Amino acid sequence: MTKTGLNLKTFAVVALAILSAIVGPIPGFAQNDNKVVLATTTSVRDAGLLDVLLPMYSEATGDIVRVVAVGSGHAMELGRRGEADILILHDPSGEEQFLADGFGVDRTSLMHNEFVVVGPSSDPAGVRGASAVEAFSKIAQSGSRFLSRGDNSGTHAKELTIWNRLGGPSRDRSWYWESGQGMSASLQVAYEIRAYILSDIGTYLRHSTGSRLEIMVSGDPALNNPYHVMLVNPARFDGLNVEGARRLRAFLISADVREMISEYGVAEFGRPLFIPDVD
Amino acid sequence: MDFLFDGLRQGFTLIFGGDPEVLGIALFSLKVALISTLVSCLVGVPLGFIVGTSRFWGRRAVITTLNTMLAFPTVVIGLWVWGILSRNGPLGELGFLYSLTAIVIAEVILAVPIAAALTAAAVQSVDPRVRRTALTLGAGPLRANLAVASQARYAIISAIVVAFGRVLAEVGAATIVGGNIRHQTRTLTTAVALATSRGEFGTAMAFGLILLALALTVNILLQVFQGKGDA
Repeated sequence: MTKTGLNLKTFAVVALAILSAIVGPIPGFAQNDNKVVLATTTSVRDAGLLDVLLPMYSEATGDIVRVVAVGSGHAMELGRRGEADILILHDPSGEEQFLADGFGVDRTSLMHNEFVVVGPSSDPAGVRGASAVEAFSKIAQSGSRFLSRGDNSGTHAKELTIWNRLGGPSRDRSWYWESGQGMSASLQVAYEIRAYILSDIGTYLRHSTGSRLEIMVSGDPALNNPYHVMLVNPARFDGLNVEGARRLRAFLISADVREMISEYGVAEFGRPLFIPDVD
Repeated sequence: MDFLFDGLRQGFTLIFGGDPEVLGIALFSLKVALISTLVSCLVGVPLGFIVGTSRFWGRRAVITTLNTMLAFPTVVIGLWVWGILSRNGPLGELGFLYSLTAIVIAEVILAVPIAAALTAAAVQSVDPRVRRTALTLGAGPLRANLAVASQARYAIISAIVVAFGRVLAEVGAATIVGGNIRHQTRTLTTAVALATSRGEFGTAMAFGLILLALALTVNILLQVFQGKGDA
């Protein structure tokens, strides 16, 4: 502790460096002008689809898309507060409520894939090959561990519609667990605790550890997973980027993009992660 | 901005409404924070004391390491602990993952450097004459150390308070190793994160306020306790 007092010159250089880091632009980080705020369900982001589509869109239009990837419930809440310009959602009943409340307009089918019930390979409840409702019923009867997302996401909403056909989700905490986390994290938890879980097929395929769980139920029409795109109602809020949102919507449902969606993931997984819809 | 007000209102409803789930989450958080603080201070304060008072080879490296670990991202600590405790990890057999124990382990790793680095700084700032005088007056090494510790006691208590605050407010590691499992390992901070991701901003605010109230209560208690030693 003998040397005290920095050399004044050194001090000035360091201070200048810190100052320039604070005020300077960051290479590769977008500036704020012309931004469109897209609130989307995490599964679309996690599938990597937006990383392919949005750079093309930005290049073509000059718009910067700011992606807020959250659960469908959160995304709609952002829409209800005018914090997003355009939404991609997969919670049909929630979306209908959202439209009925006058917060959304121009809802269009974008694409779909499916949910699957996955679980430990030992299949303690014997649900392999059953329908979704049968599988849930067997899981409940055998008291095999089931992990719910519990986070108001589109996947959580789908899970609840199936439980509701059986009289509602269980209150028995010994086997009905809630993780309150995103799909990838929840798949991880389910694997660790040897639980059954409902997952969208895209996240399941991409999640390497999740894939150590096995698909038990697939191809059930009850497990259809439709994604819609819609605009936040410009009549409700000032300051929305309506032009940008319309441009982005038109881009997403264009024939070229549909073509790209139908090919996305085939090289890696041998099957497309999403199937584009035509209205 | 109305959600700030909503949050306040909901916060009071949740706190005074006696919702058993909210109470459980708050008590679980408090328990995690208290155990983690206790364990990390039992390790960190003596460690900091040794580093701050004795001269040994590599001492500066130890201090630099401790100070660097103060900036360690909690999610990375969470990831390490998770890797060790997960089914395929070296300690997976113990079945600690997604339990109170797992969270405490991560928080202790986080808080030990805080307790140690701040204690070291505290005892270093004690006038070296205190120790010399104590030794001159015939005190043994233990008594001399106690004299130094007593001079630095307020700063050491601050170290403990900072460690407690950090642990109580931690969310990244608690989510990864605790799993945020309802009725089992959900803490106030992971509940805030969940409520936010559900789009329930008012509830999220409410849990945040409960956390602040807890921190305030603990600090007031400490202040009262500390005040007795005051002139």
